Amino acid sequence: MNVESFASGNSLFHRRDARVKLIGAMVLSLVLALNTDMTVAVAGCVFSAILLVLSKPDPQLFLKRIALVNIFTLFLFITLPLTYSGDSSSGLAIATLIALKTNAIFFCFLSLIATSNAASLGYALQNIGMPTKLTFLFLFSYRQLFIINQEYKRLQRAARLRGFIPGSNLHTYRTYSNLFAMTLVKSWNRADRVHQAMLLRGFSGVLIPLHRQTAGLADYIFLSALLFIALLLTFFSLFPNFS
Amino acid sequence: MHISEGILSAPVLAGGAVLTTVGTAIGLKKLDYDRIMSVSLLSATFFVASLIHVPLGPGSVHLLLGGLLGLIIGWGAFPAIVVALMLQALFFQYGGIVVLGVNGLIIAGPAVFCGLILHPWLKKNSKQRAIAGFLAGFCSILLSAILMAMALYFSDHGFLKVAGLVLISHLPVMLIEGLITMFVVNFLVKVQPEILSIET
Repeated sequence: MNVESFASGNSLFHRRDARVKLIGAMVLSLVLALNTDMTVAVAGCVFSAILLVLSKPDPQLFLKRIALVNIFTLFLFITLPLTYSGDSSSGLAIATLIALKTNAIFFCFLSLIATSNAASLGYALQNIGMPTKLTFLFLFSYRQLFIINQEYKRLQRAARLRGFIPGSNLHTYRTYSNLFAMTLVKSWNRADRVHQAMLLRGFSGVLIPLHRQTAGLADYIFLSALLFIALLLTFFSLFPNFS
Repeated sequence: MHISEGILSAPVLAGGAVLTTVGTAIGLKKLDYDRIMSVSLLSATFFVASLIHVPLGPGSVHLLLGGLLGLIIGWGAFPAIVVALMLQALFFQYGGIVVLGVNGLIIAGPAVFCGLILHPWLKKNSKQRAIAGFLAGFCSILLSAILMAMALYFSDHGFLKVAGLVLISHLPVMLIEGLITMFVVNFLVKVQPEILSIET
């Protein structure tokens, strides 16, 4: 399972402080999500596309993800003109607006959030006010999910070696249930062992990050630029006649 | 079962965010540091479940198992599911930041609700356990699909037919989830009933 595929790299965006990127992405996404003006949606989409290009994502992977994200917008393009109460052109307009917004926010996410790894994001979230327990859950689930996935994969491989061929029948569903339930039992017991091991090492509920990030001048300039663009988009979204 | 960014209206997004914040806060409050490790592992297991594709006719569906999580940890399922959704958004870009509240409510709300209501049934005989397991899986997806349809409909009444399609397309998923949750409960009762907090 290769998941943090966008987090490795050395672009301008990868070097920025995770907190700065997180705040920027939250504000921009919110502005883009709440906007209902077509011109602003186009501008937002162009701007976030520029952000994305600057963050230099792996093109092949990026195309795969963008195709996945657009399955639902494609579905809207097919259904809305036919089903939208009104006429087909207003259905088409709504579908276009949604497609622009969805992609703009997706680009922001890829360039600003996916360029940080889960660990630094966890601490960044805690820094901007996420409860400590939730941060703990986030960081530990992240830490353990690869192991759990491996355990499940191992059981699945064992089943296949014993001649298990999945199909649409009750036997298949029961087998998958047992594989999953066994994974659950293993992770439950693993949780106990990890918890005991951590208590023995003096765990008191606080996790200490290995790499503490500090925001420099470049980070502040970066954040100001993002917020300025967000402000512009908000302005034109609230007063569409101004442009 | 995620709604992408850019589709829902501001009131729906705000409502989802508020309710998910409340649910997560209650879940976290009921969670002490002795249980937090189990919940993080369950959250990770829930994430892995969404990667499991079971065959269904010509295609396949992926598991969700929110109902099962609700049966196991009750309110704790709320933060567990929200965390799993955050990780899914981060790794696969399913959903996103602004829509996290609504997505959290759609999946975690029914999971906690079904878990709390059906948990007492697990303590009875094996037949009732099977029914409780099936209903936990079936009803949590049913309620999630209804919530999802409502989120779409209240964002824009023009989404009525799309919302209907969402509801219908989840019918087979409900059956599969019901069956799988029933089998998993059955397995856990035999192998390690303490996971379900019951004595046999």
